Amino acid sequence: MAENEFIIRQISVFSENRPGRLAAIAHALEEERVNIYAFSIAEASGFGVVRALVDQPERAHARLSRDGFNVAFTDVIAVRMRDEPGGLYEVAAMLGDAGINIEYSYAYSGPAGAVLILRVDRPEEAINRIRSAGKELLSSAAFH
Amino acid sequence: MYWDERHETMRPEELEALQIRRLRETIERVRHVPFYRDLLAHKGIRTEEIRTLDDVKKLPFTKKQDLRDGYPFGFFAVPLSQVVRIHTTSGTTGKPTVVGYTRGDIDRWSDLIARNLTMIGLTEDDIFQNAVNMGMFTGGLGFHYGAEKVGMTVLPAGTGNTRRQIEMIDDFGVTAIHCTPSYAMHLAEVAEEMGTDLSTLRTGIFGAEPWSETTRDDLEDRLGVTAYDSYGLSELYGPGVAFECPEQDGLHIWHDSYLVEIIDPATGEPLGPGERGELVVTPLVKEAMPLLRYRTGDITMLLEDDCPCGRTRRIARFSGRVDDMLIIRGINVFPSQIEHVLMALPEVGDQFMVYVDRNEHHLDEMTIHVEVKRPYFSGELADLARLQQKIVRTLRESLELRTAVQLVEPGSLPRFEGKARRVVDRRTAV
Repeated sequence: MAENEFIIRQISVFSENRPGRLAAIAHALEEERVNIYAFSIAEASGFGVVRALVDQPERAHARLSRDGFNVAFTDVIAVRMRDEPGGLYEVAAMLGDAGINIEYSYAYSGPAGAVLILRVDRPEEAINRIRSAGKELLSSAAFH
Repeated sequence: MYWDERHETMRPEELEALQIRRLRETIERVRHVPFYRDLLAHKGIRTEEIRTLDDVKKLPFTKKQDLRDGYPFGFFAVPLSQVVRIHTTSGTTGKPTVVGYTRGDIDRWSDLIARNLTMIGLTEDDIFQNAVNMGMFTGGLGFHYGAEKVGMTVLPAGTGNTRRQIEMIDDFGVTAIHCTPSYAMHLAEVAEEMGTDLSTLRTGIFGAEPWSETTRDDLEDRLGVTAYDSYGLSELYGPGVAFECPEQDGLHIWHDSYLVEIIDPATGEPLGPGERGELVVTPLVKEAMPLLRYRTGDITMLLEDDCPCGRTRRIARFSGRVDDMLIIRGINVFPSQIEHVLMALPEVGDQFMVYVDRNEHHLDEMTIHVEVKRPYFSGELADLARLQQKIVRTLRESLELRTAVQLVEPGSLPRFEGKARRVVDRRTAV
């Protein structure tokens, strides 16, 4: 099960779309000394899901659940991209050519490079494709 | 087992003939009440022209407010010397409603309760704890007399001192209890604290408040009883008007004593079997305080199929009050219907709120807020959106109305103790 080390647990939090909800989540994580590496908000009518990669997912899950939030873990993968024009295209095209669908994605870019976080329909196949193309996948140990 | 097999299982033709005869007697009796005498004279209604049950529509409705206006004895059709008892109903607004009974009324009322108790298998071998208010409230003495008539050993326990009540159940070997469903919940909690499983208790009769099937499961499990729903109101004697049989699927309402109509509360038009509306009752055997077409304000429907127990036609368990009814784009909606739909969806919690607004096109918009239960949150937005659509679709099928559904965080909706206020109507007049 070598692939599993590249499957990263994203924390997903159900949130109503109203003022103060993100602050409530962020404050809870601060109090637990949980660091957020990357995060995004997806919204639908009246509600949204806050998605985050954090250093202590269990701790974040326990605290947010205790605070009354609906919290779930979701498997995602993280690919290191070239932080220059064409970097995103390279990864997206690779998956598209393989017929792997990206359900959603978000990215961060910093001094250590750019990372694309992906939720795909066939993660194990995506991992194989990306690795055999010589691209770097971040292992879950890099986050947690 | 029957208490009064003839009346409990009467064939439709025979029942109808009896109802018409008793309806005419009732019309004669109400003429002793000035309110009705004037009303019938004004409308020019003669008793002889009431020939079929359909003719009941010619008679006027009686509303709760009419009875309040008659305070205290304005609706008595007999002199006070013939009235052997008076009960009152709690008046949340203004004066209470006063109801009176002749000796014959007490006898007939106890007989109806005896029918109900016998129907659920209770006999003179049972020990019956009557844990409701024994005062002006009809529930106490009503059941007391009915249970004595069956020959049961009756404990007029009243309410309060719950630990003593539980000791009595255990020490006296009580087999059947009558109380409100909320008091039953409290009894269960205290019994658990005291470490008793109330092993002798087998039958629970719960009434005076609406209660759900979830509450039934809970009470049956925690008290170790079979739980039966009891319906009545003081204006129609009190408890005993309708009662569940061992099928626990709807209530038998005693058609020989109560003429039943279901109407659209907004228009007064009659509704057929399977159509939910307001229960309107003309009591057929009341002497001291006969009434015509009393608007109970309670929502139910006539059930279409016959009950396997062989008794006459049932009504559905009650699902709210007319006062709670909303008219959305011309369609009648009861919060209980919404509750019913939501209860059947495992993904959402028991709490909900309904907001009604009028949009810029002067159209009514109903938005229902529901909580997503934790185990059903996958973490995926798409799953939530699908759930939202599923709720909208299920509500539309049941209410025949398009509603908006808002998913909210668990624990965020108000929790109500006592009467729930789940509807916020923010419409302004057109």
